[in-house]
Amino acid sequence: MHSVYFDHAAAAPLLPEAREAMLAFLSEEFGNPASLHRLGDKPRAAIEAARAQVAALINSRPDDIVFTASASESNNLAIKGFALSRKDKGNHIVVSAIEHVSVLEPAKSLKKLGFDVTEVPVDSEGVVHPDKLEAAIRPETILVSVMHANYEVGTVQNIKELAAIAHKHKVPFHSDGTAAVGRIAVDVADLGVDSYAFPAMSVYGPKGAAALYLKRGTRIPSLIEGGFQEKNRRAGTEDVAAIAGFGAAAAVTKAKLPEWSAMMTKLAQRIFEELPGKLEHIIFTGSMSSRVPGQVSVVVEFVEGEAMLLFLDDEGIAAASGSSCSAKTLKASHVLLAMGLLHTKAQSSLVLTLGKDSTDADVTHFLDKLPPIAQRLRQMSPLYAKFMKGEDPYAMKPGDSCEEHEPSEE
Amino acid sequence: MYSERVMEHFRNPRNVGEIEDASGVGEIGNPVCGDMMTFYVKIENGILADVKFKTFGCGAAIAVSSMVSEMARGKTIEEAMKISNADVAKELGGLPPNKMHCSNLGADALHKAIENYLAKQSGAEKKDCRCPYCETPVEGGAICAPCKTSGHQ
Repeated sequence: MHSVYFDHAAAAPLLPEAREAMLAFLSEEFGNPASLHRLGDKPRAAIEAARAQVAALINSRPDDIVFTASASESNNLAIKGFALSRKDKGNHIVVSAIEHVSVLEPAKSLKKLGFDVTEVPVDSEGVVHPDKLEAAIRPETILVSVMHANYEVGTVQNIKELAAIAHKHKVPFHSDGTAAVGRIAVDVADLGVDSYAFPAMSVYGPKGAAALYLKRGTRIPSLIEGGFQEKNRRAGTEDVAAIAGFGAAAAVTKAKLPEWSAMMTKLAQRIFEELPGKLEHIIFTGSMSSRVPGQVSVVVEFVEGEAMLLFLDDEGIAAASGSSCSAKTLKASHVLLAMGLLHTKAQSSLVLTLGKDSTDADVTHFLDKLPPIAQRLRQMSPLYAKFMKGEDPYAMKPGDSCEEHEPSEE
Repeated sequence: MYSERVMEHFRNPRNVGEIEDASGVGEIGNPVCGDMMTFYVKIENGILADVKFKTFGCGAAIAVSSMVSEMARGKTIEEAMKISNADVAKELGGLPPNKMHCSNLGADALHKAIENYLAKQSGAEKKDCRCPYCETPVEGGAICAPCKTSGHQ
């Protein structure tokens, strides 16, 4: 069976160069980078080499890179770190409504500590408008966080302009770059951000390593206290192998990015152009003019997302969905809802994240297999039956809610 | 993630469709939950002669609908009303904990379709069902009390 991997946002295959760079640190070079004896030498050198490679990818100084274990940790470190270090200046945080949960949840827990959080709305394409951001900033605002690209709908924000607005009000600006790095060229100096988070996975590196860029002179407290690792910004013995793999992957990605991006853009374009001719009643979501290469988010009306994923999996196609049934939390994608999509339509979402190894044959296989799957599920869909009878399939009754799902709130 | 039995019913759902002249229809779920089910029952002589469904929902919701329709077919009204959510999950070889509410929907939609039939019946009986001896409206095809006591039977 032709196997297609369109879920690179969930996990990406490891580059052979990254694997190679890791191996020694999983066997003979097991030493602690902090050790004075000779077994500390190579691990220490590997971490600093990786720091330079990761810094080069986003045009930062090596010293400005803090290694963490995941982009979630990097986001937590930035959000909580800025909040705690600036709490004498104010207690208000501004985030976009479509941030990843690793930004939204720390913001939520800061609320319990007395901080106030404003979620800036997005338009129907998932764009954060500069005037909306500026309107949300108050005298007591101490941090603005807007992601560079959205991991689900692929919309790329004008970070340079948004960061300039925050800085005009003397507020630091954090950006989650998880969905942007490895897909578009990132220059943190040009963007003007104060901090920037991304995982090794975005560049086909291993799980277990990620970076937080912190602009020179930015002081935030460590969330993990203990040793002096990462210049006191993150205690704990480093995962040397993962960091070494991250560095090697960053170097390869920097060299290959133009080629990969052009290819992923072309493949996604085929889906945008060819799918509507093969399948009726679909809605592409996200900005069509400002988006990351290789990201496709589509609503297949009258069909539930998880059911589509299971049938696609039977055809060898790995994809994702923003439907509540496919999420562990049983909540529909907050990204699609923030963009004004009806709940029922969010339940019909299909999310494809292509990668460097995706091919024309993969896209052809997907374009062949999705339409019959959608038709099959539509034949058993009461929504489709209503639509075909000329009734409104999206009509909601007063009091429609979901008690079963409410307990997952806490 | 799902048991083999769930996947088998999901891939080959039984009794998908609508019944044109259904005896009862039951609709359950809403867009916020993500699952919507419509059950159709055809009842003949107190037996569920035919059961069909249409479902918008996840793999579990579709498998549950299929299993409920199979379990209910050929059963008496009383037996069908006793099909519990736990029975459905058990027949499917278990469901992941966060999908248990899907099995609730399946049995509930079936029960709602049967209740719809019963409500129509009692409404119809009130209108049409009369004592065979004196034409007094009665419930459930019985003989009215005065006729019964006077020995018409």
